[in-house]
Amino acid sequence: MSTTALTGAPLLAVRDLSVAFDRGRRRVLHQVSFDIAPGQRLGLIGESGSGKSLTALAVMGLLPDSAEVTGSVRWRGAELLGQGERALARLRGSELAMIFQEPMTALDPTMKVGRQVAEVRRLHRSAEPGRVRPLVLAMLSSVGLPDPVRIADSFPHQLSGGQRQRVVTAMALVNSPDLLICDEPTTALDVTVQARVLALIDQALTREQAACLFISHDLAVVAQVCSNVLVMLDGRVVDGGPVDRLFRAPEHPYTAGLVATARLDLVEPGSRLPVIGDFYASGAAGPQ
Amino acid sequence: MRRVTLLAGVALVSVVVLLALVSFVWTPYDPVRVDPSARLLGPSAAHWLGTDGFGIDIASRIMVAAQTCLLVGVIAVGIAALVGVPIGIGSGLLGGWFSEVVMRVTDVLYAFPALLLAILLAAAFGASTWTAMIAIGIATIPAFARVARAGTVQVMASDYVLAARSCGTGRAAIAGRHILPNVAPVVGVQASVAFGIAILAEAALSYLGLATPPPTPTWGRMLRDAQTYLFTEPSLALWPGLAIAVAVLGFNLLGDGLRDLLDPKLREQAR
Repeated sequence: MSTTALTGAPLLAVRDLSVAFDRGRRRVLHQVSFDIAPGQRLGLIGESGSGKSLTALAVMGLLPDSAEVTGSVRWRGAELLGQGERALARLRGSELAMIFQEPMTALDPTMKVGRQVAEVRRLHRSAEPGRVRPLVLAMLSSVGLPDPVRIADSFPHQLSGGQRQRVVTAMALVNSPDLLICDEPTTALDVTVQARVLALIDQALTREQAACLFISHDLAVVAQVCSNVLVMLDGRVVDGGPVDRLFRAPEHPYTAGLVATARLDLVEPGSRLPVIGDFYASGAAGPQ
Repeated sequence: MRRVTLLAGVALVSVVVLLALVSFVWTPYDPVRVDPSARLLGPSAAHWLGTDGFGIDIASRIMVAAQTCLLVGVIAVGIAALVGVPIGIGSGLLGGWFSEVVMRVTDVLYAFPALLLAILLAAAFGASTWTAMIAIGIATIPAFARVARAGTVQVMASDYVLAARSCGTGRAAIAGRHILPNVAPVVGVQASVAFGIAILAEAALSYLGLATPPPTPTWGRMLRDAQTYLFTEPSLALWPGLAIAVAVLGFNLLGDGLRDLLDPKLREQAR
């Protein structure tokens, strides 16, 4: 792919992306728009049910047939919405890759993990006999797995959550994608493992010079990887901009709540921890 | 407890398989030679289980009949699995109206008893081991299709299939690499249970004269022959009946044992 010819143009351009279920009766995503330039990292933040994962799945074309997707998703200028499964499959895993939230279930329990990584390579790069295995081992060790040979010959249930998430990361990166979508990649991990996996994703993105759409409900996590953030609420983008600007001067009261809950170092010892409800009342249920 | 079931199943099935294997190279007597001078003898050192109304050694006949029983089981289950599993996986994979139509057709097939199909085939082609095997096989297709479809729908909803799709894996590759290995355990359990049912069905069809014709020995045919002497020599019915019971029980216990063995492991892996 000649990225040089397209310099300046966004890698991914999403315009007015809307998703509805139940024959249009239940709208869950409302006119989401954003651009991602080559190598750019964009964070997508919001609470559960705000439409973050839905946005990612819509971009990848992985929503079930029952979903009604409208708007426009352009990849290097070419429209992805309405493309057939076959055309999308060529992009997925090769130019666009995704890391899922649940490392415990994102790997096939009946297949050795080394083979699962190798499959992704073989799907997109044919005719590399004998060279896939060394590549897979190199990939596994580059995501911080110390004994790649043993890991490659293990079944998923023999690995820990952190190890599995590293394997999933290796699977996503094995074809050097131009855009990596991370859907809460560290939510299911405990805090210490979380920090290491985040650092690893950060390094891998730098090394591959890949762009990233990083989804999380945790502003502190997003701030470690991304420079720009979009804030989603109830299926809409309500705020957005550079991370430091959001921290300094949040426009939307919901963002102010997010910032306050992420900055625990500013809380005075002994005082009550801030909650989002202190800043923004969602619906009638929130405290006033 | 779970081990006991499995081991009992393996033991009983081994007995039947062993009898069949030994009968290829050795039987105490010729299992089809009629000897009027040795009719209806009781158990003795010469004839362990005695002789039947034709003077044929019962032990020899039981042994050779184990061959037919296993052949019928293998072919019938083979037909059912080779046709039923792809139907089930295809239906679960593609979904939509296609899946509905396919599953309703198999439901209709389910409603036809194997016996009816066997009578039909026997009338058209003459009763033979083959008509019985094909009839039992076709009648068992829906059971495999349902089990495979249920497994496929479950696997299709899993995260690793979504992850595989996000890596660009196509439908055919998902079916071959992810669905097939993951539904294999349940299909294996189904195969073992279906094997027992097939043996029972073959015995019934032989008894009715709708399967293997004489002189090839089958347990069902032996039961039919024993009927004539039921009041004078009830033990004639005992031995083939016992053989059928051992084989059917063996395969059922094996199936149950496998299910118990595989289920907790699957649950652990799914977590």
